[in-house]
Amino acid sequence: MVALSPDLTGLRTPALRRFLTPGLVALLVLASLWSLSSGAAGLGPGQLLAALTGDGLSARDEVVLYQIRLPRLAMGIAVGAALAVSGALLQGLFRNPLADPGIVGVGAGAGLGAVLAIVLGGLLPAGVLAVTGSHLVPLAAAFGGWVTTLLLYRIATAGGQTRVTTLLLAGIALAALAGAATGVLVYLADDRQLRDLTFWGMGSLAGATWGKLAAALPLIALVLLMMPFLARALNTLALGEAQAAHMGIDVQRMKRRAILSAAAATGAAVAVSGGIGFVGIVVPHLLRQADGPDHRRLLPRAALLGAALLVLADLLSRSIVAPAELPIGIITALLGAPVFLWILLSQPSAARG
Amino acid sequence: MLQIDDLKVTLGGRDILHGISLQVRPGEVVAICGPNGAGKSTLLRAALGEVPAQGRVTLNGQDLRQGKPQALARLRAVLPQDTQAAFPFTVAEIVAMGQDAGDFAPEPGLVRRALAEVGLDHLADASIQTLSGGERQRAHLARALAQVWQPVGPQGARWLFLDEPVASLDLGHQLFVMRLMRRYADAGGGVVAVMHDLNLTAMFADRIAFVIGGRIAACGPPDAVLDPGLLERAYGCRIAMNTAPASGPWFVPQAAQAG
Ligand SMILES: Nc1ncnc2c1ncn2[C@@H]1O[C@H](COP(=O)(O)OP(=O)(O)OP(=O)(O)O)[C@@H](O)[C@H]1O
Ligand SMILES: [Mg+2]
Repeated sequence: MVALSPDLTGLRTPALRRFLTPGLVALLVLASLWSLSSGAAGLGPGQLLAALTGDGLSARDEVVLYQIRLPRLAMGIAVGAALAVSGALLQGLFRNPLADPGIVGVGAGAGLGAVLAIVLGGLLPAGVLAVTGSHLVPLAAAFGGWVTTLLLYRIATAGGQTRVTTLLLAGIALAALAGAATGVLVYLADDRQLRDLTFWGMGSLAGATWGKLAAALPLIALVLLMMPFLARALNTLALGEAQAAHMGIDVQRMKRRAILSAAAATGAAVAVSGGIGFVGIVVPHLLRQADGPDHRRLLPRAALLGAALLVLADLLSRSIVAPAELPIGIITALLGAPVFLWILLSQPSAARG
Repeated sequence: MLQIDDLKVTLGGRDILHGISLQVRPGEVVAICGPNGAGKSTLLRAALGEVPAQGRVTLNGQDLRQGKPQALARLRAVLPQDTQAAFPFTVAEIVAMGQDAGDFAPEPGLVRRALAEVGLDHLADASIQTLSGGERQRAHLARALAQVWQPVGPQGARWLFLDEPVASLDLGHQLFVMRLMRRYADAGGGVVAVMHDLNLTAMFADRIAFVIGGRIAACGPPDAVLDPGLLERAYGCRIAMNTAPASGPWFVPQAAQAG
């Protein structure tokens, strides 16, 4: 074992445990206020305070705040929470801290689903389109993510054990396959669809609107509601499928729910913001280091920290090269890739093989 | 009452168990003994529904292989031959998982008491991943214990299924854990344990089911089962049986015959 990751259970003091959740809430609130009050349009902290206390804003400031910055902030929160929670769910399911929706191909599968819906969605019967409405793309993305996760589980897990190499390599193969299919679809797309696709593929929160948010939010909310029902089961699963079953868990049902939840969260996030990598791996890892792997605390905190992290990353992406924007995926990758390597190198060698 | 009827297991095209039948009453400690590869772990795992098998297994009248996980969790706890935790839970958190799986109103301090039962209270806050092999096995034993803490519950006796609970323990802790199993059975619970150590088995078990080649070669009280002929057939070497001062026979493999 390469001892790059010190045993940090010593960090897990009662004080930290008590203040971690309130601290994360405070971080999210501060990041949100900062995000709302920064940008090119000049709406600063002063005006924001005025808006909060009910004093009037100029008409232009009002548009900036309510039609541009607020939906973008809300989208950042929703997507960050979804990505971090789906990462924690996949890691619990595969019993491995390296499982990340972006890395193991679930994000690519969700992307294929989204592109399918954008390019070929028009061919669906009008009745179906009427029912799904703007939810079609997120639903298709969730479906794509779900199929990928199921395939991945079939391939990488045998007898309740997941081999990391198989997991990562199968993830690469599935991502390549989904990427190729996505490429073919892009060729088939007409001009208007191409515009949608380019916009979507940027992996950014720049196109955030209330409409897009409303399309993705139900799926994300569903997953957040599922968390309490999955937490204890995922804890016992860390000891293997047989032990989880002996401790009263309906393992098959739990796996179905976890796979569906992770896919729904990833799908919804990918559908509205393109592929934003590494949030799903960094956030749960930091939280596990700080206060242990218990999913009853980890999952809700992952939602908070994921949201805060993405809001801050978005802020960075808007300010580093202002007035231009960096794709937010670059920021998260810069942060996340080193953490991924850190985890990989600190895995016990048996689990790495 | 544990009732195993004609349990057959085929794995990878090989017949591993050829129709095993066994009954265990609450209050008994029954040891499953036999050479490596005889099918002891497979017998335990098949009875618990972990391995595809033919035959019928009931525990207190409930189907042990296909019953509802939640109902069975209140009836029996399982210690596998080895358990790897995927994440660095603390020892106390691991034991609490067992407690959460049981159905009795959690007693305050039960996790601590379960840890004290296996002599591990000083490591409650250590990561399970950093424990030594023997410490890890005792931590998971404490988890099993916390799951079926009271030996008798509303649905009758509770049960411990243990695969080599003392194999990686030092002599002192072997004795400690054997006494614990004995007390659990004496209080009305049932204990089924896979054992290699014939001395400890003879000291603490009520009965031995001796498995050779996937069949029960002998089953009964230790002094009836552990005869030199059977042991030589099982282990391929002569085993001298001495009589220790107070505690029954005493088994020593004879080096000359083993070579
Ligand atoms: N999945 C499997 N496929 C094929 N053979 C298997 C499988 N699992 C177990 N076996 C074989 O079944 C036999 C019995 O294995 P089991 O683990 O029950 O032995 P055991 O009596 O517990 O031995 P030990 O004392 O070494 O723990 C062994 O020969 C083993 O190789
Ligand atoms: Mg065995």
